[in-house]
Amino acid sequence: MENKISVHNLNLFYKDFQALRNINLEVAGNLVTALIGPSGCGKSTFLRTLNRMNDLYDGVRVEGKVLLDGIDIYNDRCDVVTLRKRVGMVFQKPNPFPMSVYDNVAFGPRIHGIKNRRQLDEIVEMSLRASALWDEVSDRLRQPALGLSGGQQQRLCIARLLAVEPDVLLMDEPTSALDPISTLKVEELIQVLKQDYTIVIVTHNMQQAARVSDYTAFFLTGDLVEYGATGDIFTAPKDQRTEDYITGRFG
Amino acid sequence: MSARSNFDRTLKEIQQDILRLGSLVEQAVYDSVQALVKLDVALAAQVIMGDEMIDELYMQIEEKCVRVIATQQPMARDLRVAVTGIKILLSLERMGDHCVDIARATMCLSGHPYTVKPVQYIPEMTNIVQQMVKDGLDAYVKRDVEKAAEMCAMDDEVDFIFNRIFRELIGCMKEDPTNVYQASYLLYVSRYIERIADHATNIGEAVIYLVTGERHELN
Repeated sequence: MENKISVHNLNLFYKDFQALRNINLEVAGNLVTALIGPSGCGKSTFLRTLNRMNDLYDGVRVEGKVLLDGIDIYNDRCDVVTLRKRVGMVFQKPNPFPMSVYDNVAFGPRIHGIKNRRQLDEIVEMSLRASALWDEVSDRLRQPALGLSGGQQQRLCIARLLAVEPDVLLMDEPTSALDPISTLKVEELIQVLKQDYTIVIVTHNMQQAARVSDYTAFFLTGDLVEYGATGDIFTAPKDQRTEDYITGRFG
Repeated sequence: MSARSNFDRTLKEIQQDILRLGSLVEQAVYDSVQALVKLDVALAAQVIMGDEMIDELYMQIEEKCVRVIATQQPMARDLRVAVTGIKILLSLERMGDHCVDIARATMCLSGHPYTVKPVQYIPEMTNIVQQMVKDGLDAYVKRDVEKAAEMCAMDDEVDFIFNRIFRELIGCMKEDPTNVYQASYLLYVSRYIERIADHATNIGEAVIYLVTGERHELN
């Protein structure tokens, strides 16, 4: 399997505080990689380094390399807007725009210059189908997105990402605000999406990491402690700290 | 207090239960062979009836393991504790069944003193098998990989004796056709005892997996 993302000697500082220490990690293409670890371990920070979302915070300094298809995204010549189109992100709480379902999905393509109505219709339908939402919303595309259930809103946010044809999907605890059924729907969706996309997901729910991911990385106080096949990590982890964390005997 | 003290307590309980089942099975192995050697029908009947208790305890403990998996979603070593618990239980339960098989053979053999010589090797073989069962449970409690591996190696001795018994019983049958009835049952019995040793090595393999997370085929 080809590596989609290669991280080399990555360090990240919030002013004087070092939040990530010398991270080296290869993210395989068309697979799901889960990032787990206790609060404050750096897993969300790490996720945000993959599409330079940390640039938005003051006083953040990043050292090292993050190669996307072999090209360093921290290179000065890297266009951040193009990068974030290729590497999209879904957040903890669904955040649809206060507009219709259709306009939410068409938002990205419109920004990137697509005006043709038929083309937009096609993109919206394809994206909503790909996010397993079409059957539920096809008759209310003009209704406000905020009227959808939480689970539908989250899948709408995924559709909004897919509309700009990304390569990589970053998900930061995408189901933590959802009920169990909506959670399972999103997890099912992740399994379908990984055929076409590379997915990196941060989750506090260990069972979720075990269910959805192919590889799991365990972070602790800014260090990448262990990284391996999910089946191995959850049955026979190599590091005692991983063992303690996933068996709930931490601290 | 650990965040999972309740869970830890349940895992300990399961281990205690497995040891209780183990001691019942050890006794059944001993009694079934004693009954066979002495052609003691009453003792054989006791073994057969005692197996009900073994089966019931087996189901109870297995249920506990299933529940702990369902309700606690154990991971890593905890998961291996629950899964190896089920494997060890199953091995012990099978041993109990073979003890019943041996006791049934005793019933069929009773009333006629032994005329075939190889019956003398059966207690010798059983001694090793009993030691294996004991060591297997010991290795489980102490999480002792070395002891588990040593125990599994004893299976070769058992196989060696089994092959000798097999050859000699065939000889007895060829020598005198009136031996065939007795010798056939003793063939069965020695095979059951040999199977008990195999189940003991399964326990050893389970212990190694429990401790190391790695699988080894040792017999």
